[in-house]
Parts: sequence; C-alpha cells; structure tokens
Amino acid sequence: MKNLYLIAYLDLKESIRAKWFLVYSLVFGGLIALFFIAGVTESQVMGFSGLSRLLLMYIQITIVILPIFILITTVRSISGDRDNHILEYMLSFPISLKHYYWGKVIGRFITVYIPVLFAMVIAIIYGAIKGAAIPWSIFFLYTGLLFSLSSTFLGIAFFISSFVKSSEVALGIAFFIWIFLLSFIDIALISLMLQQRMNDGVIIFIALINPMELFRVAAISLFDPELTVMGPVAFYILDLMSQSVFVVVAIGYPLMLGIAFATFGFLIFKKKDLV
Amino acid sequence: MIEVTNLTKKFGSHLSLDCVSCTLKDGDSIALMGANGAGKTTLIRSILGYYHPDGGEVLINGQNPIKERTNVLKDISFVPQLPPPIKLSIEELMHYISVSADVDKERIKYYANEMKLDINENMNKSFFKLSGGMKQKLLIAISLAKKSSIIIYDEPTANLDPKARDDFYRLLKQNKEQKTLLFVTHRLEEVKELVNRQIYMDMGKIVSDEIF
Ligand SMILES: Nc1ncnc2c1ncn2[C@@H]1O[C@H](COP(=O)(O)OP(=O)(O)OP(=O)(O)O)[C@@H](O)[C@H]1O
Ligand SMILES: [Mg+2]
Repeated sequence: MKNLYLIAYLDLKESIRAKWFLVYSLVFGGLIALFFIAGVTESQVMGFSGLSRLLLMYIQITIVILPIFILITTVRSISGDRDNHILEYMLSFPISLKHYYWGKVIGRFITVYIPVLFAMVIAIIYGAIKGAAIPWSIFFLYTGLLFSLSSTFLGIAFFISSFVKSSEVALGIAFFIWIFLLSFIDIALISLMLQQRMNDGVIIFIALINPMELFRVAAISLFDPELTVMGPVAFYILDLMSQSVFVVVAIGYPLMLGIAFATFGFLIFKKKDLV
Repeated sequence: MIEVTNLTKKFGSHLSLDCVSCTLKDGDSIALMGANGAGKTTLIRSILGYYHPDGGEVLINGQNPIKERTNVLKDISFVPQLPPPIKLSIEELMHYISVSADVDKERIKYYANEMKLDINENMNKSFFKLSGGMKQKLLIAISLAKKSSIIIYDEPTANLDPKARDDFYRLLKQNKEQKTLLFVTHRLEEVKELVNRQIYMDMGKIVSDEIF
C-alpha cells in the first residue's frame, strides 16, 4: 500500500508543478470569477437565480471542457513514460505494476478533480459572503457529478495511454472521443428520430448511455424534479426510475465506466513490454 | 544465480534474441560485449522482466522476473544505457527510491559525494535538467547505495569524464564482493580488472563465453 501512496503522491507533485495544471486551474477558477463579475448571481433566467444559476452555468460549461482537458493531459501518461524509457528506470525498483498503475491513476485523479471542485467551493464561499442563499443539494449533486465525470474520462485516458504509440495518435483519439460524445451522437440520434425508424425510447436510452448526455440531464434534474424542461426525455426517464434513483445512476454509471476503462488499461499495461 | 534458457525475443519480424541460454553464477563478474544492435540491452531487459519473451525463460534465484517482479527486483541494482528524462526533483527521486526499495538516502548522498556529484546543491532541481554525466553519476550512486546481490550495468560510463570513471571503478571494486555483476561495455580494457568472464553477443546470439 505504501507504494501506491508513494506513486500517487509523486505524480501529484509532478503534475502540480506542470504548466498545464496552472492553465487548468486558472480556467476553472477564472470561469467562476467571470460569472461573479458578469453578475450571473443577480440575474434571473428561467426561474433559476443566485448561486444555483451560477453553479448550473458552471457545470454546463465544465461538462464540455473538462473531458477534453483530462483526455489531452492524461492520454500519454503511461505510453509517454514507456517511450522515453522512464518506466525502464522507475520500474527497476521493487514496485508492483498494480501499485504503479493505480498510483498514477489516483494521483492524476486528485490533480484533475481538486481544481474543479475548488472553483465550486470558492463560488459557495464568495456567494455566502455576499449573502446569497447556498443551494447545498445542488452543490453536493455537482460534487458527485464532477467526481464521476472526472473518473470516466480519466479511465478512458488511461485506457488509451496503455496502448497508443505516438503523441499525435493519442491526441487524435482523445479529440475524436470528445467530439463524438459531445455532438456526433446527438446529431445522429436526432436524425434517426426525425426519420422515425426507431422507437423513441430506444433512442433516448442510447443517448443516455453517453455519460456526457447523462450529465447534462442530471445537472438540471434538481432544478426541475419533473424534468419538464426536457420534454419527452423526462417522460422516459421518470417512467423507468424515480428522480433519486436517476441521480444515483447518473453518478454511479459513469463512475463504473471509468473504473472499467482504467481496468482494461491496466490489463493491457500488464501484458505489454515495459520498454 | 541467473538462468537464461532458450530465450527468444522478437520485435516484429526482427529476432533480437535468438534462443539464448546462459547461466550466471553467484559471484560471477561478466563483461557483456558485442556490436551495436547485438541484443545486449534486450537481454538485460529480459532479465529485469521488462519483456514478455517469445520463447524460453529467465529465472533469477529460481524466480520468474515477470511473475515475481517485486521479489526479484529487491535484489537487483540497475543503471540503464541512457538516463531517462525523469521530471521528479532529485529530492523526490531519492524519496521514491528510499521508500520503494528501502535504500538509505544518506548512503545515496555518500556515494554521490564519492562520485564528486554535489547533490545538496541540486536537491530541488529536476532530474532531467542535470547534465548527462551528472545524471549517470546519480544513477550510479543509487545503484551502489542499494543493497543488492546482483548489479546490472548497461554501459553506465558513456558520459563520464576520465576522473569520474576512475572513481566509479574504484567504488565498484570495493562494492562488488560476493555479488553478481553483469556489465555491458564496449571497452574491455576498462573493466578487465573487475571481471572474470566475458560473454560476446552478435545478432541476438551468444557467440563466445570465456572465463578467465
Ligand atoms: N523496442 C524495440 N522495438 C523494435 N526493435 C527493437 C526494440 N528494442 C531493440 N530492438 C532491436 O533489437 C536489436 C537489439 O537491440 P539492443 O538494444 O539489444 O542492442 P545492443 O546490443 O544493446 O546495442 P548497443 O550496443 O547499440 O546498445 C536491434 O536491432 C534493435 O533495433
Ligand atoms: Mg544497448
């Protein structure tokens, strides 16, 4: 166990020093700052106001940019170390591959999760100082959603990094996955729906297998327990499960997906040559 | 004891190790030689368990270095051919080694000092920012500080100045009692005094194996 912590700790230290981490933290911190400056908390749109509205805007943007950040920064973590022979040296010490790999995953998870969480905490604190009501249920839901969003894409990134050879290909795959989940699936499904070839229920089910879509829906679910904003989608979801079950699924399923991808990555890592 | 039996390793269609067999007994000091691309590094990496062989096996004191990774590596000190671009600082690298391999940091500092590497000056510097020779000195110091009965060096002196080479050979001579030493080199005369056996490889095969 001590080796697991050791790897996680050193990876964390190394990442925090890296320039990408600075940019990454500034983007999410800056987003919150920008919302306050722009007076998002004062405006009222669609009945959401104050901090709730700010958090909603924050998570909607985060759902879009966090995945690509995670993918780009992590997609070379294992294969990069293999190619430039860092593994050859670092793994000449008695550390099991399991501890090495999962230590890296944990270290990287903390690195990507803390800034997005921290930005939200700052918003809460600043909002509280300004006398806004704090929407705790939304805050905790988003904490959970960001946790599982980070884990999904970290898992996918580690999976890719376990086998991909060159940086260019790794980045290409990362970008493709992001765009694919972000919009291609939607576009494809909408056109299917328009053609009415498939049962709507099936189409919505496929849409919700996509973790990004699931997050989008879950992010507004607390504002509107009947999910009326979403029209027919809500009908299918609430037909399948209650709202609280839906929240559990929205957090649990992507988390499982992330763990599954990371595990596949580990199996590949173990099977492949280390240099 | 290191036993290599019928070890074969292919990269694509290229045979880097072609059915290699040899036994390195405890206390042997071996100069592993051969032309560029002969397969020396591949053999060493197989011994360390980095490669999944296409045939044959390696046993170190009866243990498979892939399956019994941590047990086997506890007892091996290794310096690679090229120091890798590790981003950790010297301090962090030493921390990594002292925790994972139970190596005393003071011993690393002692050997670094003997190698004329001022480690305290560079504690917070990234490893990859050291000069080529300084990197090698540090890796050598670590290998000497780690208490293991097998020492594997893949041309560790390439970037060292002549003075540093002398220091290195002097320290190694003091340190290698009772140990198995496997030393890849292109200059036999430098290690002549250290070794008692010379293995020569060519095109993935052992072509000569002399004990003197
Ligand atoms: N990861 C790899 N992928 C493809 N080919 C490889 C790989 N590693 C080694 N080879 C090939 O295997 C052969 C043996 O390489 P190796 O590094 O073992 O040689 P060497 O004896 O250490 O040479 P040198 O004296 O130059 O260090 C070479 O032809 C090399 O191109
Ligand atoms: Mg070599």
